[in-house]
Amino acid sequence: MTDGNDVPASRPKVVVEHLYKVFGEDAAATIRRVDAGESKDNIYAQTRSVAAVADVSLTVGAGEIFVVMGLSGSGKSTLIRCLNRLIEPTRGRILLDGQDVVAMDADALRELRANKLSMVFQHFALFPHKTVGENVEFGLKVRGMPPVERRQKALRALEQVGLEAYADVPPDNLSGGMQQRVGLARGLAVDPEIMLMDEPFSALDPLIRRDVQDELLALQEQLHMTILFITHDLHEALRIGDRIAIMKDGRFVQVGTPEQIVAAPADDYVAAFTRDVDRGRVFRMGRLSQEALTVTPGDDAATARRRCDEHQVAGLHVVDPDGRPLGILTRADLASAEDAALSDLMRSDYPAARADQELIELYGACARGLPIAVLDETGRLQSSVDPLRVFALLAGERGEAETPRHAADVAPLAAREE
Amino acid sequence: MADSISDFYTLPLDDWIEVLVKDWLVPNFRPLFQALEWPIDQVLGGLEGALLWLPYPVFVVVVPLIAWRAAGTPVAIFALSAVLMLDLLGIWRETMITLSMIITAVAFCVVVGVPVGILAARSDRFAGLIRPVLDIMQTIPPFVYLVPIVMLFGVGIVPGVIATIIFALPPMIRLTNLGIRQVQGELVEAGLAFGATRRQLLFEIQVPLALRTIMAGLNQTLMLSLSMVVIAALIGAGGLGLTVFTGLGRLDIGRASLGGIGIVLLAILLDRVTQALGEGGRADTGRKRSFKHLLFKGVRRTDRDDR
Repeated sequence: MTDGNDVPASRPKVVVEHLYKVFGEDAAATIRRVDAGESKDNIYAQTRSVAAVADVSLTVGAGEIFVVMGLSGSGKSTLIRCLNRLIEPTRGRILLDGQDVVAMDADALRELRANKLSMVFQHFALFPHKTVGENVEFGLKVRGMPPVERRQKALRALEQVGLEAYADVPPDNLSGGMQQRVGLARGLAVDPEIMLMDEPFSALDPLIRRDVQDELLALQEQLHMTILFITHDLHEALRIGDRIAIMKDGRFVQVGTPEQIVAAPADDYVAAFTRDVDRGRVFRMGRLSQEALTVTPGDDAATARRRCDEHQVAGLHVVDPDGRPLGILTRADLASAEDAALSDLMRSDYPAARADQELIELYGACARGLPIAVLDETGRLQSSVDPLRVFALLAGERGEAETPRHAADVAPLAAREE
Repeated sequence: MADSISDFYTLPLDDWIEVLVKDWLVPNFRPLFQALEWPIDQVLGGLEGALLWLPYPVFVVVVPLIAWRAAGTPVAIFALSAVLMLDLLGIWRETMITLSMIITAVAFCVVVGVPVGILAARSDRFAGLIRPVLDIMQTIPPFVYLVPIVMLFGVGIVPGVIATIIFALPPMIRLTNLGIRQVQGELVEAGLAFGATRRQLLFEIQVPLALRTIMAGLNQTLMLSLSMVVIAALIGAGGLGLTVFTGLGRLDIGRASLGGIGIVLLAILLDRVTQALGEGGRADTGRKRSFKHLLFKGVRRTDRDDR
């Protein structure tokens, strides 16, 4: 594991320590071989045993979405099933809020599953003999909640996914996207603290998948659950995850934020995934922001020109005393106009963005070649982004995150402007 | 020149079995087996009494109605004709006796078979254990166990029902086991993931979803018990089987045929109705078995296929 394994800021909700799951005869021997670094194929050839999960440790903070991404056979489904012990782990500790799940007896485990955890499945796993409403009620019914109360709760959960009108329909009558929303509502109805999602959107069409992803993110905004999300789709992982673990042959290859993973893949395996990632959707404006070079309308043109030359930038932001941007001065305009007032030279249609905007939304703004004003929520100028650095980041140049402030590498643009 | 072992020595297995049954099983366990008879006798007696007590016109109305509700108009028409025909042929009383025998046998098959099937579905060891027993029950010719049954239970209609139960029980167990094992793993996982107990899992998820297969087992059990009717008559069971049996004994082709026709009519009717119930209970068509639902089942199924 490389970077990004720093414990999240909030208190840890899920802690997994050195978890192993071996399918096969001699678990101890297999674990020894795994620890010795033998490959999965090799171990299987000699012992007929597979370590589906091999020495996995992870920490998920409260309210975080932690995505485990891996191809089929990488052990990700086994890992998530170990967390609620649908599959018994062979070795290791799993702590939910500090409680050791592995040590729990059957009653405590059932209690935990009924009250704290819920799960969403790849093929929805809706009960075909129950209506949508009864499906959503299931977790509550199992818990022994009286019918009227659980019906109300189920309807509220269905409302959250926009399906309250379908409560009395059998789930088979719904489309795939709707069925998975029911699956989601069934998970939500029990007010879980931790949601386990096993490739929940993999069986859906791409467009619908995007919709339900958005819906999940919107729900998470309100509910702040702790979510463990399994997927084989890196794009989905990047879209949804606060942090992502890339899993291969039962191990975590890399753990990090989407930006960390795309910017610095730990090895060739991860790099193979990130190669065709749309980097414009992963990186956000804030990553590139630098201190903005500003002038006020009161400054004279000579000062502005000098600042431009000094810093070799294509333009300066003009701000009012409150810090709100008024417009932009381009280097070319400054050079041609002798001593006009800045307010006359200033262009008022300056490119602007917010720090959390994805780069892809700002290609148009970049095309003008002028520094992009990054505004905070109150509309004040927060920082500035040089469009060339946007393209450098998209091109995947190493170390673009730490590029020195403007100057040298901005020269080509400056040259073009002159 | 001897070319086989039996020229020197024959294993006296037949003697052993005879001793086992006659000198050990019968004297020591007869009371136990007689006690087993009691519940069957009660159910059978009550049922037979009720069926024979009900006036014939009630059947003319009720049987087609049940058939219509369960299986639709064509089967209802068949049911009406069958009821009329059976009376017309003068074998109504025999039919009712046979029907009560069959219902009793099937009821006990369900009471025993479903729980055993559920246990078999839960435990591979138990399933492995009962498998050879079921194989024997299904392949051994019924005539073989008629004699011990007579020795243990005596002669009469109740021993006939017991022989029928032995013969008809295996599909109930097998298909219950199969149905529960066939429930999708992800659905069972979903149940467990939401904290269901084993009992809740069984009754909320596994049994309802296995119901269609279990009903197929019931249907098979029913058909097998009908095919035992004549054999059961050999040890003193009455009804249509006796009609066939006595016809056979006197070479009275007409009489034997009457009994045969009665059995066939009863078999077709029961088969269609239980099959339709099984379809209606199929797990994936929602749960309400309303008139409308049952009538328009065909339409609904094509709807589903279109999607």
